[in-house]
Amino acid sequence: MKVAKDLVAASATPMVLGILAEEDSYGYAILKRINELSGGELDWTEGLLYPLLHRLERLGHVESDWRSVAGERRRKYYRVTDSGLAELAEQRRQWAAVVNTLKEVWRGPDGPGLLVAMPTGGCA
Amino acid sequence: MTSGSDGGEGLEAQFDQWRRYVERRRELRQPDVEELEDHLRGSVDELVDAGLRADEAFLVAVKRMGSLDELSREFAREHSERLWKQLVLTGGTDDPAEGATSRRDLLVAVGCAVGAAVSVKAPELFGLTPEADGAFYGTNAALFALPWLAAFLAWRRGASKAVVGALVALFALGAVAANAYPLADESQSVVLTAIHLPIALWFAVGLAYASDDPRSPRRRMDFVRFTGELFVYYVLIALGGGVLVGFLFGTFQAIGVSPEHVVAEWVLPCGAAAAVVVAGWLVEAKQSVVENIAPVLTRLFTPLFTVALLAFLVTFGLTRGGIDVEREALILFDLLLVVVLGLLLYSISARDPLAPPGLFDKLQLALVVSALAIDVLVLLAITGRISEYGTTPNKAAALGENVILLANLAWSAWLLLGLVRRRRPFTALERWQTGYLPVYAGWAWVVVLVFPPLFDHL
Repeated sequence: MKVAKDLVAASATPMVLGILAEEDSYGYAILKRINELSGGELDWTEGLLYPLLHRLERLGHVESDWRSVAGERRRKYYRVTDSGLAELAEQRRQWAAVVNTLKEVWRGPDGPGLLVAMPTGGCA
Repeated sequence: MTSGSDGGEGLEAQFDQWRRYVERRRELRQPDVEELEDHLRGSVDELVDAGLRADEAFLVAVKRMGSLDELSREFAREHSERLWKQLVLTGGTDDPAEGATSRRDLLVAVGCAVGAAVSVKAPELFGLTPEADGAFYGTNAALFALPWLAAFLAWRRGASKAVVGALVALFALGAVAANAYPLADESQSVVLTAIHLPIALWFAVGLAYASDDPRSPRRRMDFVRFTGELFVYYVLIALGGGVLVGFLFGTFQAIGVSPEHVVAEWVLPCGAAAAVVVAGWLVEAKQSVVENIAPVLTRLFTPLFTVALLAFLVTFGLTRGGIDVEREALILFDLLLVVVLGLLLYSISARDPLAPPGLFDKLQLALVVSALAIDVLVLLAITGRISEYGTTPNKAAALGENVILLANLAWSAWLLLGLVRRRRPFTALERWQTGYLPVYAGWAWVVVLVFPPLFDHL
């Protein structure tokens, strides 16, 4: 199953901000982490991730710098800012509202059976 | 982490190749390329760890990266300002090689612009002033700026020795034509030379522009586009210059100093000459980045001119008066026909050669046919006038120009008709126009070189 493009695009910002809220990271690692967390269901392209990172940077939600971590190549790391954290909190509220609504809708006529396929716990 | 030891060097070569390929994208900056390369390396490392050979891993990783076109498009969407920044002086490119080239271009262009500015003032060293020697400055005007523009273009194209030789010969010939004949300041030939020498020399600039392949119709059409773009830039620079002069006057007068002398003697003439080179450099520097503006103007004005010409013809038919063939009216009609030709030329230069004939082509046919009708009316008026009062340089030049335009317009109309009726391909029209360009150059040279002795330096 592939997640629809619109849905991927809409959820991309909170996912990236959420991952960066855990720890500073770089493009390739972010992409791997998304892949890992979604169990391979979300397959982001570079054309989605890097322009998104640059946009978040332009908006002031993340900052970037080139770091040389011991034993690794020089890499461009991204760090979430206070404004990014605020944005993440706002997006979490919105996503929680959407997810809760969907849960209520799907609890309806067919019973909770459908919910088995739903990931619980909202967004990462 | 570096990739596995086996095939490591080959892999580096592949990365190098990939980087060079990606760096050519205008949408991507150097740091972006590095970031993407790091991504690619991460992907390759993982595949190598999973057991693939280095070269296999590279292929798979590049493939996974997805189409570069798509990636560039996404970057362009996020960084739309980058495409515009290519326009400005330093370009903001992060590619050192390209940066060096554009800097060298800029230096040569500035050198040529200074040369043009100095050329305007140089005659004063020999006691020639614009006030006292207006005729000299009028006939020599084209020789101040155009050789420098040609030099810049020839340098940029890396013109062959033969082309450089031809250019030097042409400009020397122009200098001879402007100064060798004993023409009175008030003679018609002085005015004719002042008008025709710039045209003749402009085709020499065309030779410099197309010096890599002067015979190719494509290159000639490129020169037509270049001419239009340069004109647009020149007008824009002139507008900016007007604003600058306005401020100069206002601010200096506010502190009790009149800048009139400096502006009239230095800023205006030097600026006007240097701006020719600068405009040429701008067209070259921004090439292929922004949509051409001249063809857009053509699209806008072709319908309007068609309506205007048709209205004129209808009114002419209703009033049944003759065309007044005084000098001003003749020049006006010639200019009108030249504008029509320009509209035709620029829409040809912008048209997709493979597109099927459409409404716009029919409109153009109407424009060309009405221009033809006007040309015939003007020709009748001139020949009537010549047979009645005898010939003068002015009338002869106008007659020649009208005949040349008539031939071009008539055959263009025929080809356009063929295009609209789907009997002929568009390229026939394109070839006809580019092939005809030397005729204008030839006639301009004839007027400049042959007319003065032919009419006893009248």
